[in-house]
Amino acid sequence: MNLSLLVVVFLTGIVLVTAALLIAWFISPRSYNRQKGEAYECGIPTHGTSWMQFKVGYYLFAILFLMFDVETVLLFPWAVIVRDLGVAGLVNILFFLVILVFGLAYAWKKGALEWK
Amino acid sequence: MFDFSIVTRWIDTFLREYMPEWGALLVEFVLIGVALLLLYALIALALIYGERKICAFFQCRLGPNRVGPYGLFQSVADMIKILIKELISIKHSDRFLFNLAPYLVILASMLTFGCMPFGRGLQVLDFNIGVFFIMAVSSIGVLGILLAGWSSNNKFTLIGAMRSGAQMVSYELSIGLSMLAVVVFAGTMQTSQLVELQSRGWFIFTGHIPMIIAFVIYLIAGTAETNRGPFDLPEAESELTAGYHTEYSGIHFGFYYLAEYLNMFIVAGIASLLFLGGWMPLHIGGWDAFNQVMDYIPSVVWFFGKTAVVMFIIMWFKWTFPRLRIDQLLNLEWKYLVPIGFVNLLLVVLITIFGIHF
Repeated sequence: MNLSLLVVVFLTGIVLVTAALLIAWFISPRSYNRQKGEAYECGIPTHGTSWMQFKVGYYLFAILFLMFDVETVLLFPWAVIVRDLGVAGLVNILFFLVILVFGLAYAWKKGALEWK
Repeated sequence: MFDFSIVTRWIDTFLREYMPEWGALLVEFVLIGVALLLLYALIALALIYGERKICAFFQCRLGPNRVGPYGLFQSVADMIKILIKELISIKHSDRFLFNLAPYLVILASMLTFGCMPFGRGLQVLDFNIGVFFIMAVSSIGVLGILLAGWSSNNKFTLIGAMRSGAQMVSYELSIGLSMLAVVVFAGTMQTSQLVELQSRGWFIFTGHIPMIIAFVIYLIAGTAETNRGPFDLPEAESELTAGYHTEYSGIHFGFYYLAEYLNMFIVAGIASLLFLGGWMPLHIGGWDAFNQVMDYIPSVVWFFGKTAVVMFIIMWFKWTFPRLRIDQLLNLEWKYLVPIGFVNLLLVVLITIFGIHF
């Protein structure tokens, strides 16, 4: 039942976008102008393409995020049963957490968190 | 307290009398879809009006006051206006990704919207991994924003999308950590059980100090996650025109606008679900007479009231703090919120294991 409801909500989202686009398509005006299809700029024609190599700083943060996000996936099942596991559960996960925090400390020390 | 599952069960038995099972299910699914759509649109309209009015009062202006009484129909008029604008397609854009991006953004907010506990028995999606599901689907929105910026083939949108992506993935960690604190404390991820567990007192009271820290971290990270307030540098209009949705026109832009406001509602709704008890009235353990009186207020009023309060705080942020620079933004997350979040997680584990809570 829950899975079919998930499909229903999913389809509702798609229907919302598609219906609004169709309505807009039918009632919106259309006009042609050669300049209209150009990329938005501050008045002069845009220079070159924008699909290019970009600042590496963002990439570093994405890598760091990946590390911590996988950690969250691993921590959620543990979090549900930690009340029953007691101290043993805390000690076991501490090994994992300490390694993770070392990772963050290493990145910090290396200067990966500085925005240059 | 009125249980809305009475209504849904009545509709179910009523439909099953007149048609075969598959027909009844089909009608119910359509009803759910229509109800969700209506609620989604209504909340967006109300929020846009509310935001404009509140912003105006913060700045000693009147705000919209011409269309209808107190300008109540202003956002309806805006919606119609946005529908009759031309959809411009850019010559050098990646057509497929350009059209796909609004779908992803709306889907992310719609799927999380379905998980909201609007009232007793008034919830569409209720998984046993509820909180985890909310976190998972809400991160689809980042994908939509990155695609929107990249596929437009424009420098402004590229920079806006990259900033937005870095900001949203970074602050998702803090949201995850404060959600984790609640899951540790409650011992379940199902949203209905989370609400049920708070009948003795909301988590922010029963979990005292660590829960308050988690709530504050959640509020800061949630504001950043919706690209609002002091964290609105992805669309800093003085430097990037409109950020990642510069090239979108008409209703295409409307989708981003809609999703932004709904995301604010969802962040506030999750805050009220995790920390302020969802639709659960203000209960204090032992005060039975007081609890009885509180039960007379309908659950829907409780949920929307708490959400409205949190949303007002988020709007308040916007007019109180100046906009951050990107290095300050990432510093705040990685050097303050993440370490505090980890320490706080350990604190929550300790108070849960040793029972140092109310």
